[in-house]
Amino acid sequence: MSFVHKFKILFSKNFDEIAYSSKHLFNFKKLWIVIFLLSSFVAIVPLLFFALIDYKVTQKALESEVVMKTSHLTSNTSRFVSFFLDERRLALEFIIANNSYEELKDRNNLNLLLENLKSTYGGFTDLGLIDSGGIQINYSGPYNLEGKDYSEQLWFKKVCEENKFITDVFLGYRNVPHLSIAIKHERNDGSFFLLRATIEERFINLLSQIEISEKGDAFIINDWGILQTSSKYFGKIFNRVSFDVPERSEETKVIKFQDSDKKDLVMGYIYLKDTPFILMIVKDSKEFSLPWKQSSVNLVEYLIISIIVIILWIVGITSFFVRRLKATDIRRIKNMQIAEHANKMASIGRLAANIAHEINNPLAIINEKAGLIEDKFKIQEIYKHDEKLLKNIETILASVERCGKITKRLLRFAKHKEVTVSNVDINEIINDVLGFLEKEAQHREIKINLDVEENLPNILSDKGKLQQILLNLINNAFAAMPEKGILNTSIYYNEDEKEVVIIIADNGCGIPPENLKKIFEPFFTTKNELGGSGLGLSITYTLLQKLGGSISVESEVNMGTKFKIKLPIKFEKNHFGEQDL
Amino acid sequence: MRVLLIDDEEELVSTLAERLCIRGFQAEWVTDCRAALALADEIEFDIAVIDVKMPGASGFEIKKQLQNKFNKMKYIFLTGHGSEDDYETGLTEAGEKYYLIKPININELVKILQELYNE
Repeated sequence: MSFVHKFKILFSKNFDEIAYSSKHLFNFKKLWIVIFLLSSFVAIVPLLFFALIDYKVTQKALESEVVMKTSHLTSNTSRFVSFFLDERRLALEFIIANNSYEELKDRNNLNLLLENLKSTYGGFTDLGLIDSGGIQINYSGPYNLEGKDYSEQLWFKKVCEENKFITDVFLGYRNVPHLSIAIKHERNDGSFFLLRATIEERFINLLSQIEISEKGDAFIINDWGILQTSSKYFGKIFNRVSFDVPERSEETKVIKFQDSDKKDLVMGYIYLKDTPFILMIVKDSKEFSLPWKQSSVNLVEYLIISIIVIILWIVGITSFFVRRLKATDIRRIKNMQIAEHANKMASIGRLAANIAHEINNPLAIINEKAGLIEDKFKIQEIYKHDEKLLKNIETILASVERCGKITKRLLRFAKHKEVTVSNVDINEIINDVLGFLEKEAQHREIKINLDVEENLPNILSDKGKLQQILLNLINNAFAAMPEKGILNTSIYYNEDEKEVVIIIADNGCGIPPENLKKIFEPFFTTKNELGGSGLGLSITYTLLQKLGGSISVESEVNMGTKFKIKLPIKFEKNHFGEQDL
Repeated sequence: MRVLLIDDEEELVSTLAERLCIRGFQAEWVTDCRAALALADEIEFDIAVIDVKMPGASGFEIKKQLQNKFNKMKYIFLTGHGSEDDYETGLTEAGEKYYLIKPININELVKILQELYNE
């Protein structure tokens, strides 16, 4: 049976369902749903819970990984940039320490120094000597800047105060983006001069050497948020960035924010020491959200498959157990019905005994009184001429006799005589019974076919009761058949069930379906006018139960009736029927 | 043949006695145990026909009391059939042949009386 079919059966209103629905201990549909929901809840909720935790943990891990990577990259890059600037500042300090003012004023010497700086360190554009008045008194480089006055410029004032200074990137007189590194040197006479070098595209392109992912961006801004190098996200040099300048920190920090396009970004930054620069490394958060999304998709796939498997399993197991429970419950109800029926039969039996007793006493009085009157007619011949009265008396006595027969049969029905077990040859019994009816069969030209299996085993049972059972059934068959009817009797042994099966089939009038269920009930008869008591089949039923056997019937109106008797090969005294009746 | 009929149903027992008398028996009737013992003292009965179910002493108890005093007396029981126990005891006490269920056929009773008498 397929699973789907089994599942359908669980909820279908089949015959049993309709017959027993009011007697079931459980509402199986409701039970199934409750078990299913509870099991699903218990199984799926922890799964969802752990999936959620996994989701969050993965998210956190990936985020912190990105934060860490960004932080490392920012730190490394800051060291690289700082080193670049420090190296060049120290080179200038070295030159200023090893060259006198006069030597620096010498154009050739300054040209030589610039050439040396370019070949040794690279990146330098020009070199200039500025006196304490802010005038560039010597200059080596591609521009014509000798004699320019820097006294009003901020960087000049700063370097005078701080002795060394690195400017942010600006256009200056040359109108080319550059930064300046200026060193102040005090002379013995108390005056001072400055050595200033500028760096152009080398600094501006410095960060292009940094290996960063496709969606990453590395750039430098100054304290006012002006770009000092070009940025992928925030535009070209000298643009103002769209976000607020982060708070000062000489330690690497990582923050998350959204740009003007509402794009989620992760940014590492650090203020470079002794410079006006803030190094920034920006990454698109998609970079980390992608693997995280992939991992989430995997998680959801795993979750869905798990839930489907769990639900299928729960449906299967719930259906299995509810079906078993239902089958058990149906068996229980059937047994209850058998017990109820047996109990009913026993109660009716006791009732029959009491009724018979109550009726028999007045019947006996009527019998004796009428008998006495009859005696006076017949024996004492006192009233022998009144034939009409005599006829009436005979009718009364005949009626009493008829009632007496009924009450005696009732009493037989109520009798609880112990079963006497002996080794019984069923073939012999059925031949005896058929012998009783031989005369009637001949008279009505009824044909009797007897088919007995060869080597039919003897059974341990009660001979007298079997005779009574078979006589009842064959009598009924005779009553149902017209003249020239056919009675088919067969007996065989069912080895699997260890029972002997007797089939008695007639081709008589049959039993209508509406009566078929009632035929084993006491007092049910359709032969009232023929003097049927309605106890024959009821007695048969009770006797068979006592013998541990069973009886079933099939019938079709005008086609005939077939009774099937099953008898255990070995009668067991503690059998259900014997115990409860 | 002298027959003692014991049954609490006076109408029944008196009529039955009369019918037996018509058939040539010397039949007497009583409706309880005491009367039965008293009458048995006066007349030597061959057979007692006793109803099993009677108020006071049951048919079987009456039989025991009669048996103690009159060892030659034989017994037939009548019953309207009450309980299962009565039936079983009746069969044990009297045997199926001498245990009759009411209403009885007078000819059958006569036949049994004669058989028992001749045993």
